[in-house]
Amino acid sequence: MVRTLLVRGMLVGIVAGLLSFGFLKVYGEPQIDRAIAFEAQLDQAKAAAEKAKGMAMPAEQPELVSRPVQAGLGLFVAVMVYSAAFGGLFGLAFAFAQGRMPGDLDPQALAGLLALIGFVALYLVPNLKYPANPPSVGDPETIGIRTALYFGMIAISLAAMVLAISLKNSFSARFGEWNANLAVAACYIVVVVAAGLLLPSINEVPDEFPAVVLWKFRIASLGAQFIMWAALGLLFGGLTQRAVVLRRA
Amino acid sequence: MTSTTYAPTLPVPAIPLREWLPWAIFAGLIFLLAIYFVGAEEGATSLISGMYVHEFVHDGRHLLGFPCH
Repeated sequence: MVRTLLVRGMLVGIVAGLLSFGFLKVYGEPQIDRAIAFEAQLDQAKAAAEKAKGMAMPAEQPELVSRPVQAGLGLFVAVMVYSAAFGGLFGLAFAFAQGRMPGDLDPQALAGLLALIGFVALYLVPNLKYPANPPSVGDPETIGIRTALYFGMIAISLAAMVLAISLKNSFSARFGEWNANLAVAACYIVVVVAAGLLLPSINEVPDEFPAVVLWKFRIASLGAQFIMWAALGLLFGGLTQRAVVLRRA
Repeated sequence: MTSTTYAPTLPVPAIPLREWLPWAIFAGLIFLLAIYFVGAEEGATSLISGMYVHEFVHDGRHLLGFPCH
C-alpha cells in the first residue's frame, strides 16, 4: 500500500514537474536573462572604473556550464528531480494522513488539502519572509546564513502546520467544526508571524536592480510552485480516488 | 437531467505506522538528499568538490526559491 502511494506520488511528481518546467522555461528564463544582463552591466562598469584607476583587471572566470545548458537541460533536471522528490514525499505524507487526518475526507479531498498545505507551509510562507532572488541579487559571503535561515523558516513553518493540525480534534470537541478550522489556521499564523518577526531580515537587492524584473522573477517562482502543487494534489487525488472506487466495486 | 449526489464516503483505514515507517525513512532520506542536491549542494555546503552541480542546476535553484551565490 505504501509502495503504491509512493510510486504514484513520484509519477505524478514527474508530470507536475513537466508542467512546472514548461511554465518556467517560458516565463522564468526571460527574467533570469534580464537579471544576468544587469549583472554584466554592473561588472562592466566596475571593470571600467578599476581600469581607469589603473588597477589590474580580475581574470575572467571560465564558464563551467554554458548558459544554454543552464537554461535548458540544467533547468529541466533541477525541476524534474525536485518535483519527483516532492511527489514521493507527497505520497508518503498521504499514506500517513490517510485515516489519521481529522475530518473523514475522501482520497480526492485529502490529496487536495495536503497539496494546499504543502504549498502554503513549504513554499508560500517561507518565501514571504525570504523571497526567491534572481541572479545578481545576493552576496556570496552570506550564502551560509541565508541558506540556514531559509531552511530554518521552512522547518518552523512545517512544524507549526503539523502541530496546529494535530490540535484540530481537541478544538472541534470544544468549539465545533468550523471554529476548529479557524483555530488551526490561527495557531499556524501566530507561530509563523512570530518566527517572521524574530528571524533577521535579508535584503541584498542592488539599488539599481530593475523592480519589474524582480517582481516578474518572483511571480515566475510562485507560479511554478503553484502549478507543481496543484498538479500533485489534483492528479494524485484523482488517481487514488479511482483506485479506491475500483477496489470497492 | 439526472442529478448526481456527491457522496464523500470513501474513508480509507489508516496504514499502520509499523508498515509506513521503513518506507518513510529510506525513501524520505533519498528524496531529501535529491532536494539538497538541487537546492544547496556547492552553495552553503559541499559534499563533492568543484562547482559543477551548482552551475548545472543554477537556473532551477534560483527559480525554485533557494538562496544561490
